Amino acid sequence: MNFEFSEELGAVRAQAQSFLRTHASGSARRSLEQRTGFDAALWEQVGRLGWLGAAIPEAFGGIGLGEEGLCVIAEEVGRSLAALPFASSAYLAAQAVLLFGDAGQKARLLPDLARGSAIGCFALAEGPGAPSPEAVRAVLAGGALTGRKAPVVDGGIATLAVVAVRDHDEVGLCVADLSTVGVSRDGLDTIDPSRNVAALSFDRCPAEWLPGARGWPAVMRLLDRAAVLFAFEQLGGAQASLDMARDYALQRRAFGRQIGSFQAIKHKLADVYIAIELARSNAYYGAYALQSAAGDMTEAASAARVAATHAFELASQENLQTHGGMGFTWESDCHLFYRRAKHLSLVLGAAPFWRDRLVGALEFRNAA
Amino acid sequence: MDFADTPDEAAFRAEVAAFLKANARPLAGGSGEGPVDDSHVARARAWQARRAEAGFAGITWPRRFGGRGGTPMQQVIYAQEEAKYDVPAHVFEIGLGMCIPTLMAYAPPEVSARYVGPALRGEEIWCQLFSEPGAGSDVAGLRMRAERDCEDWVVNGQKIWTSGAHFSDFGLLLTRTDPGVPKHRGLTMFFLDMRSPGVEVRRIRQISGTSNFNEVFFTDVRIPDAQRLGAPGEGWTVALTTLMHERLAIGSLPGPDFGELLELAKTMQVNGQPASRDGAVRERLADWYVQSKGLEYTRMRMLTALSRGQMPGPEASIYKAVSASKIQEIATFALDLMDSAGMVSDPQTAPMRAVFQEALLYSPAGRIAGGTDEILKNIIAERVLGLPGDIRVDREAAFNALPAS
Ligand SMILES: Cc1cc2nc3c(=O)[nH]c(=O)nc-3n(C[C@H](O)[C@H](O)[C@H](O)COP(=O)(O)OP(=O)(O)OC[C@H]3O[C@@H](n4cnc5c(N)ncnc54)[C@H](O)[C@@H]3O)c2cc1C
Repeated sequence: MNFEFSEELGAVRAQAQSFLRTHASGSARRSLEQRTGFDAALWEQVGRLGWLGAAIPEAFGGIGLGEEGLCVIAEEVGRSLAALPFASSAYLAAQAVLLFGDAGQKARLLPDLARGSAIGCFALAEGPGAPSPEAVRAVLAGGALTGRKAPVVDGGIATLAVVAVRDHDEVGLCVADLSTVGVSRDGLDTIDPSRNVAALSFDRCPAEWLPGARGWPAVMRLLDRAAVLFAFEQLGGAQASLDMARDYALQRRAFGRQIGSFQAIKHKLADVYIAIELARSNAYYGAYALQSAAGDMTEAASAARVAATHAFELASQENLQTHGGMGFTWESDCHLFYRRAKHLSLVLGAAPFWRDRLVGALEFRNAA
Repeated sequence: MDFADTPDEAAFRAEVAAFLKANARPLAGGSGEGPVDDSHVARARAWQARRAEAGFAGITWPRRFGGRGGTPMQQVIYAQEEAKYDVPAHVFEIGLGMCIPTLMAYAPPEVSARYVGPALRGEEIWCQLFSEPGAGSDVAGLRMRAERDCEDWVVNGQKIWTSGAHFSDFGLLLTRTDPGVPKHRGLTMFFLDMRSPGVEVRRIRQISGTSNFNEVFFTDVRIPDAQRLGAPGEGWTVALTTLMHERLAIGSLPGPDFGELLELAKTMQVNGQPASRDGAVRERLADWYVQSKGLEYTRMRMLTALSRGQMPGPEASIYKAVSASKIQEIATFALDLMDSAGMVSDPQTAPMRAVFQEALLYSPAGRIAGGTDEILKNIIAERVLGLPGDIRVDREAAFNALPAS
């Protein structure tokens, strides 16, 4: 029994944590207040550290730490609230190319994604509604991409997009260079302005299929894998929210005592702790499934995603509540976590979508 | 990450599996809480004897007392394998899991030598006499008096909720020997023969209808001083040893889980389709799966720590805090799926032999016994998160100056 990250990854985590503590503090707030939705300076440093290439093989410019390595870093990114297109680029775009690209595409695209000189985004949604093949209306025909994708996280700052498209009845993924003709971007106001979100319009924009990603199951395979990585990011945010609430509960006094001595606060934070531990355990199993290509990837990913979404939402809500009126101010960081929690819960299928996917997979396994 | 045993663990597991295969019947569904009657106790004794003979009792206990001298991980492996078999439960857990380890920690070696072997072999059964009518969560507030009289102590008072007292041979007894000091400082621990003159055991009927716990009345019961564990006034420290062992018994609570509920949901109808196809039902199913797996994987994380030689800390409290109410919620929801037929508890007609109806009636116990949900949350808040303890009005005052409840 060895259900824990290796010592080597423990060292990676410690390094990431201390780096982000120094360099990412205030990143989300700056991004929010300056409406950049992106911390460009931090991105450059993160690229140099190799994190973006954690799960990319050395042959393509990565550092080959494997998926577990990326999980560990994702948790730290989540804890720090850094305003980075980390998930869009590393969990989604780079993973899509790695999983589904041909040799030429990998050699051409991955090194820049690993270095951070390219920023990837993932364009799936076309308005309200859960992910589904029917909802994909953008068309790729004869190498030309046409359609409108919104919301696209990091769509305003990305240099390339992995786009869900159809060609008649077949749905799949293609890759498009966002600096070419036929692309227009409109920034969108969102609940978490510390992150960039845009609508991308493609008008006969040149694009190429990722040959391995033809058919909806391939799209879902990417989503499953990314769900585990997002779960770690959410877990980090949840833990940071709980730590913040705990610290405040020890410091703030009311009725002549620390508010942390009131059972209503103690039991609330115990509930948050429990939700986080259940999420952590599910995320760990997700990491194991990801790295070992386990047969129950869909169940592992869905469970990790559902648990982490719940944990971060609960932790950020109750952190704000624990802070009282102070929690509702612009100056307090409570809202940064609160916003990010909801943002992350919506980036790739909301909780009802994953619950339904989970039960579907279990019914199927049960019947088989 | 991997879930594989080390070569040593695998060898031990194979040994256990071979023993169980040769000596027990595989589980054929349905656990829960049956009546612990005489024939059940007799079967439990026989099984314990067989385990002991094969070297699978007292796995972590020292060899000099008849234990195996093994590791906590081996103990866990044995429990995992045994859980696949239909073997009689609810008889030895408290004695072997909590009482005897306390005895070994505090009794002189020759006293331990007298009691450990018979307990291991199932010849003598032990119970835990801590809770009283006025002292459960706040067990240090107990009133049972023990007064010194020459070489004996004379004990008067009442215990309650004592599981298995009606078939136990010995009991671990927490008493008050000095009411003139603050409550935690006036306690003393003893063990005694349950057949001592003046001990009267009365069964208590539980909500499920069975009677597995008891009231125990003490009238001028004489206990030799040689049966004292720890110094007079040090009973609370001794009791903490007992309660710590309770935490180490990281077992799972019996009861229907996600799998049983999915099975039910496939056969029940909602809006003209199987309940398992209904959106609202699927949402609940998913959440319970996530909770169940979260607990299962949390246990694996604890086992990883255990196999690296670390001891589980207060964070282990989350296991019971989550699983006890989960069983209650699942049972409640399952009955809703049956609608009015959910009220029928006859195993002949109720779906799945009435596992959910049974669980409805025994699941509340899990949220109370061994630390209530509320006490577990206090433990998490205080010992894991470092929040302040509750305000206590009784900490420094002498016990006999406190208002009685
Ligand atoms: C099936 C079963 C078997 C048992 N077996 C044994 C046994 O073998 N030996 C033995 O000694 N005991 C046994 N017990 C007793 C058990 O340990 C107690 O019932 C338990 O500790 C609760 O104590 P109580 O019943 O006095 O409830 P109380 O302590 O009176 O609690 C009543 C309510 O108040 C809440 N409460 C109490 N204190 C606090 C607090 N500080 N903060 C917030 N809420 C609080 C509780 O959570 C509970 O909801 C058993 C109980 C059950 C149900």
